[in-house]
Amino acid sequence: MHPVVTLVVQRIALGLLLLLAVSALIFFGVEALPGDTAQAMLGQSATPEALANLREKMGLNDPLVGRYFHWLYGFVTGDLGVAMTNGMDIAKSVGQRFGNTIFLAFWAALISVPLAILLGLLAARYNGRWPDRLISGVTLATISLPEFVAGYIVLYFLAVKWQIFPAMSMVFPGMGVFERLSAIILPVIVLVLVVLAHMMRMTRAAILNVMQSAYIETAELKGLGPLTVIWRHAFPNAIAPVVNVVMLNLAYLVVGVVVVEVVFVYPGMGQFLVDHVTKRDLPVVQACGMIFAAVYIGLNILADVVSILANPRLRHPK
Amino acid sequence: MSNELNYLLSRAAKGLMSRREFVGRAGALGVSAAMASTLLASVARAEEPKKGGLLRAGMQGGESTNSLDPALAASEVPFAVNMLWGEMLVDVNAKGEIDYRIAEEISSSPDAKEWKFKIRKGVEFHDGKIVTADDVIATLKRHTDEKSQSGALGIVQGITEMTAEGDMVTLKLAAGNADLPFLMADYHLIIQPGGGVGAEAAGIGAGPYKVVTNEPGVRHTFAKHANYFDTTMGHADEVEIIVINDNTARTAALQAGQVHMINRVDPKIIELLKGAPGVSIEHVAGRGHYVFIMHCDKAPFDNNDLRMALKLSVNRQEMVDKILGGYGTIGNDFPINSAYPLFDDSIPQREYDVAAATEAYKKSGHDGSPIVLQVAAGAFPGAIEAAQLFQQSANAAGIPLEIKREPDDGYWSNVWNVAPFCASYWGGRPVQDQMYSTAYLSTADWNDTKFKDPAFDATLIAARAELDPVKRKAMYSDLANTLRDTGGLICPMFNDFVEAKREEVGGWAADPNGELMNGRALAKCWLNA
Repeated sequence: MHPVVTLVVQRIALGLLLLLAVSALIFFGVEALPGDTAQAMLGQSATPEALANLREKMGLNDPLVGRYFHWLYGFVTGDLGVAMTNGMDIAKSVGQRFGNTIFLAFWAALISVPLAILLGLLAARYNGRWPDRLISGVTLATISLPEFVAGYIVLYFLAVKWQIFPAMSMVFPGMGVFERLSAIILPVIVLVLVVLAHMMRMTRAAILNVMQSAYIETAELKGLGPLTVIWRHAFPNAIAPVVNVVMLNLAYLVVGVVVVEVVFVYPGMGQFLVDHVTKRDLPVVQACGMIFAAVYIGLNILADVVSILANPRLRHPK
Repeated sequence: MSNELNYLLSRAAKGLMSRREFVGRAGALGVSAAMASTLLASVARAEEPKKGGLLRAGMQGGESTNSLDPALAASEVPFAVNMLWGEMLVDVNAKGEIDYRIAEEISSSPDAKEWKFKIRKGVEFHDGKIVTADDVIATLKRHTDEKSQSGALGIVQGITEMTAEGDMVTLKLAAGNADLPFLMADYHLIIQPGGGVGAEAAGIGAGPYKVVTNEPGVRHTFAKHANYFDTTMGHADEVEIIVINDNTARTAALQAGQVHMINRVDPKIIELLKGAPGVSIEHVAGRGHYVFIMHCDKAPFDNNDLRMALKLSVNRQEMVDKILGGYGTIGNDFPINSAYPLFDDSIPQREYDVAAATEAYKKSGHDGSPIVLQVAAGAFPGAIEAAQLFQQSANAAGIPLEIKREPDDGYWSNVWNVAPFCASYWGGRPVQDQMYSTAYLSTADWNDTKFKDPAFDATLIAARAELDPVKRKAMYSDLANTLRDTGGLICPMFNDFVEAKREEVGGWAADPNGELMNGRALAKCWLNA
């Protein structure tokens, strides 16, 4: 077998093993939270009888390890059970929320990744001159702003003051694609502002690093223009670090945007998870945790695989 | 038309100015009396309910975990949702009187032990079935069942026998209770077909709107129930509740016109929002109150002098001004205010009195070790700040009050009703008996001050069966005084419901029973195009 295939298979196997470890961590970690679902659900208005009845009904009195394997089997077979709190099918409600999250993340990524890489290339091309300083300055400023502040600023000007875009990014099943797109404009703007700098800076740094190499000098001496040198010769060798940062940011767009969701009333996974953590709805929390972990691990594997494939030394071993 | 005239017209239309006054002041602007009458008639027509349209509310207090089962409703959004699709036997109106809904007549035996509810004829559920006395009994039975998780369990537990005969429901109680009709207005007791057994969360009721989409924590949409029995409600064709838990986002949605009304306006921004175009603030004094509770059976709070010292060392007016932004009233260490029927307003108001507090503290013989008040930001809005104000005013009286901050997470299970001194809130109840029975009777599950006084219990139970309002009022006054002077409750303030709506919303009327016109704003209001 080609050594690259072995390497890739190894990475994927390791990823799955990691996911299994994470599943145990999530399950037992969630179980260790103080208080229990029954108490959290009934809140201040819980009577002792109602509490006892609810605990019995939810099977909170069964042994822990048995519950773990039962849960894991269910998760693998796609049976996530029903939410303890409102009896709704978890796979269905999580599926819908996850779809929304992916929709938002997709559009934010579609704009931010090419933009970040382009800006990174430009900044590297004009290293140390005004375009570089302008790009770096602006993107560093937007990344330094906490998301909710950026969100409120955008909300105030674009939705309340000038009323160009809707203040709420409510999306629901049965909505047309264009309606959905116009609904998510504000959160996409904020997310792009938040993730842009990290990817841009990494692209710039990786390319500048490569630019010191002898073969770049050769390319320049051949008489190639500066942008062609960067695009054809420097960038392919800077892909590995850039892809890693891009994947980290994509993972963030999927799992870390709860604040933006709250500010723009977007029905994504973040708020969904927070609600269920507060109510100690363990099956839902565990399902969300596993999905987030799978996304994170999956994207990291993808980054590794791309880096491996982009590395000529690994592709063509002696 | 001049601005002044427009202004006068809007005042007159809202009933803030009499007809005579309007004609007089319009005359001063050069308008003839006949013309003024015509104008007034035109705006009076404009205030007639407008049919149709889509009315939207943006609300705090909804989670992805909410259910349509009325037994489980515990926060604002499920409450408002249930009030749209559901209908109870009776309702309590803004004046604190009984409004007949599914029941059209109520009568009781002289000892208030046996109650008869006559069921209105031809009221239709959303699935086309007609509401019968059997549905009512099945509903009450489901909530009465010890295995149920109903928030109304405590309310219906006292019913020993229920029978249906034709269109008459008869309820027999273990002990007389003159307030039973008010208890039947509890928002959990929504009448469901067959009692909702097996389909608890189906959202089928007899209310003005049918559930169309139910996405908990996101949005709930409704369409008009065409055969709704009450034509004074349900003006919009469609209504929607959108869950917006973030204060800023909710306010922005209102200002941008994406929702027509919002609940829970943050006191800090009331003044700012007042200046916003097209938006008005609506507030009404409710029965909800923010409290600090001491366990009367745990040291050092088992000493009434110490409890009194703490009560005297609260600067109530300051809290109303700073925590509620002035949108509230001061409390008097018992859980009742003027929004309740039979309230005794002659009970003297407890004031902040440093000298008396110091004296009471000295008299208690407390050893001077820190008195710890446990508080979380989620205990009530502004709880941490209120505790800090309390600490300052108590320290000024030489009382070593200290604050221990707790996380919101698990506060209601680990601190409230467990810790001897903590912050909390109560939402209020329609009648005094229910408030006292829920939290101050020795045997109550939620007796969160561990206040146990046999004489208090006896008076409370006797008052329940007392049908003479004068005697009843005297008994409640007695209870209030006992609690005020010996109880473990420090009640510095009653909070107003502060809400905001857009100017195109018509039909808004203050209702002290609950948020957003007791959950009925979407059904009772309409859209002026």
